[in-house]
Amino acid sequence: MKTLKETGIGETVRVVRVHGAGAVKRRMMDMGLTKGTEVYLRKFAPLGDPMEVRVRGYELSVRKADAALIEVE
Amino acid sequence: MNIRIALAGNPNSGKTTLFNALTGSSQHVGNWPGVTVEKKEGRLKKDSGAVLVDLPGVYSLSPYTQEEVIARDYLLQERPDVLINIVDGTNLERNLYLTTQLAELGIPMVIAVNRADIMQKRGESLHIDKFQSLFGCEAVSISALKETGMDALMEAVGRAKKAPKPLRFSPAVEEVLHKIEQTALKELPDWQKRWASVKLFERDETATVGLFLPEDTLQRIETEIAQVEEERADDSESIITGERYDAVTDKMEQLAKSRGRVSMTMSDKIDRIVTNRWLGLPIFALIMMLVYYVSITTVGTAMTDWVNDGLFGDGWHLFGNGTAAYEEAVTGYAEEHIWTPDWMREAEAAAAAEIAGAEDVVGAAQEKDFGAFEEAYEMYAPGIDEAGFSLTEPTDAALEEAPDPADYGQWIPGIPVVIGNALEAVNAAAWLQGMIVDGIVAGVGAVLGFLPQMLTLFLCLAILEECGYMARVAFVMDRVFRRFGLSGKSFIPILIGTGCAVPGIMASRTIESENDRRMTILTTSFIPCSAKIPIIALIAAALFGGAWWVAPSAYFIGMGAIILTGIMLKKTRLFSGHPTPFVMEFPEYHWPAPASVLRTMGERGGSFIKRAGTIILLSSVVIWAGSKLGFVDGQFMFSNDMALEQSLLGIAGNAVSGIFVPLGFGTIKATVATVMGLVAKEEVVAVFGILDFTGLTAIAAYSFLIFNLLCAPCFAAIGAIRREMNSAKWTAFAILYQCGLAYAVSLIFYQFAMLFTGQGNAIGVIAALAVLAVLAYYTFRPAERTPHLKPALQSK
Repeated sequence: MKTLKETGIGETVRVVRVHGAGAVKRRMMDMGLTKGTEVYLRKFAPLGDPMEVRVRGYELSVRKADAALIEVE
Repeated sequence: MNIRIALAGNPNSGKTTLFNALTGSSQHVGNWPGVTVEKKEGRLKKDSGAVLVDLPGVYSLSPYTQEEVIARDYLLQERPDVLINIVDGTNLERNLYLTTQLAELGIPMVIAVNRADIMQKRGESLHIDKFQSLFGCEAVSISALKETGMDALMEAVGRAKKAPKPLRFSPAVEEVLHKIEQTALKELPDWQKRWASVKLFERDETATVGLFLPEDTLQRIETEIAQVEEERADDSESIITGERYDAVTDKMEQLAKSRGRVSMTMSDKIDRIVTNRWLGLPIFALIMMLVYYVSITTVGTAMTDWVNDGLFGDGWHLFGNGTAAYEEAVTGYAEEHIWTPDWMREAEAAAAAEIAGAEDVVGAAQEKDFGAFEEAYEMYAPGIDEAGFSLTEPTDAALEEAPDPADYGQWIPGIPVVIGNALEAVNAAAWLQGMIVDGIVAGVGAVLGFLPQMLTLFLCLAILEECGYMARVAFVMDRVFRRFGLSGKSFIPILIGTGCAVPGIMASRTIESENDRRMTILTTSFIPCSAKIPIIALIAAALFGGAWWVAPSAYFIGMGAIILTGIMLKKTRLFSGHPTPFVMEFPEYHWPAPASVLRTMGERGGSFIKRAGTIILLSSVVIWAGSKLGFVDGQFMFSNDMALEQSLLGIAGNAVSGIFVPLGFGTIKATVATVMGLVAKEEVVAVFGILDFTGLTAIAAYSFLIFNLLCAPCFAAIGAIRREMNSAKWTAFAILYQCGLAYAVSLIFYQFAMLFTGQGNAIGVIAALAVLAVLAYYTFRPAERTPHLKPALQSK
């Protein structure tokens, strides 16, 4: 299973499923990371974490630990 | 029109700008009850009968964060007449997601599509009229920044009488929602049915607990939900969320008129450098140093010195008129009458003998800096004399005859002088004069002394926030801080705290998570503020021969306390709470609007004056009274020359000083000094003359330093804590925790230091070990697992 965490810089992936539960899952979906959404990985922070992605027309910061919950293809 | 309008929308959608544009200066800013979330209310500029309530910026109406619950509770319970949903036209999809939820609340709604100016520049446009058919309510294109479309917006608000059309979900979901309505919600008023059915479907406990549904009803609902979940292989909450976004994407197709040029935005270009892998950190360091330099070191200090020594001191020269002449005169005088060769020899001998402060006195004299000389002389001369070098006799007399700055140019006497003279002129009683000049005026002066630095800091911060840079700070610093239970945005308050904890604590408002916010408020005052520097300097000079490592060690202790606190408290139930992912939006950069920036700066400055001001004022008077009232020869009386030991303050200090014995500084003076530190940290030094410091051993002095560094901050800062925590309980916790930690660390240090120098006592060491064990336990234990509750329906 490939997740957002394993995505490379410059890659565009599509969300297959959001794992996790409750507040964690809800928050990520609230920000637009839902099934079928296109996500573009722009860069990582200077210290390696979090990552910056483009989703639904805006820039979003996601921690790697949370990105591991987003299954992509 | 006497109506209540609520304003809701995403963070960074321009909501605040719109709110300011509509209400002008009639705003009232406070906090929502019991929480640290800001609440703003105001009357419309164009219609003073209408009240506008600014709800917290939210991305959704989930039950998981404070802001969201506040927003939805307000809308459900207060039932405003109209709801303005502000959406960012340049970021429509995510903004409309919230819109679909707001539409279910049964409140007449108007959609304000903001950033019309930017959309125009980018060549993007929408079919505004289609909103009516797609959402069931009117939409108006506006630019809150340029204040266009305001009138059209208000007209639409006036017309809004019907609730919008709630979203239609997929047939399978709609079927279940209908069943839920039939089974459980028949009694509810119509406007509530849709909202309640969706919330029940999502198993949103917080929203539905007030329905008091019977157990069997809930079971039936549960069965229906479970069925859909199985068919879709997903949980109900996610199904709804997914469908909302799918619906929004569909509607976007119909709404978009032209997509504009798809190219890299200015923000993306800037971020290529600012959050660059190699340049990100250096740039951040540079910007922070700049902010610090401007507000603390240059503008801030210059203004603060003027307020403290000029306005609230002896006086100052208007526009510097006469300063040069005075300085020339007084330097010449000093050269002739004070800094005589004989005198210099004596002073240099004292310096050579390493008498505390003698070097500073000599240095100032050698550089012919009269101001610095006067300061150093006042502080260190008694000590130098005690050591056997006679400097004071001739010098004191000479200083009496020195040129008076008031004779040169235009001299404005300081407020204490003016008031003092006025009181004497009317023959006011001695105690009244004392209370007014030494208590009240001194207190006010202390507060206002902070103000220039703070306002400058607030200004710089407001600019950084407005332009959008703060989000980048959090992005860059997150990795470092989250290990210690803090957010990336916690860095700013701590950095500012090195200047003054008051604006630092206030800066914690930008932190989204309530837990992180509280944690930051709690720990900001650990880092030495500029008022603690005199304490550090004096101890370093008096007991460590001005050693270089004393000052840096203070900062390390401060940082250590912050990190330790983060680690320890994060594991407690008090702070763990709901785990929330750190997903943060990067707002577009934009030029900060001067009006907004100034408004924010003024608001924070005013709030500081009001809150902190009253506390400092009161405490100044109380402490003044405590130092002038006391028992002389068994008689309770007032005396301007009351000795510390005989005054009420001293007696109280004596009674309490026992606490500090295990820490090594259980003397009356040390105790009173520490208490005075609550008024302002600089007061600690005022109580102690240099002599008193040399009276403590080096170890005891360092222990004293540690305690004063970590214990509760000055009243101004406590006032800021009170304001930001918005809860007496939390404020009390913060103060107790800080004092407790200060005590623990001082104890451990003192006892072990005594032990290692061969003077340890058994009981003390055992106590210190016990405290150390407790701290170690809290630091290293595994985190408590908060049982993660799957929201289940509850019936009463």
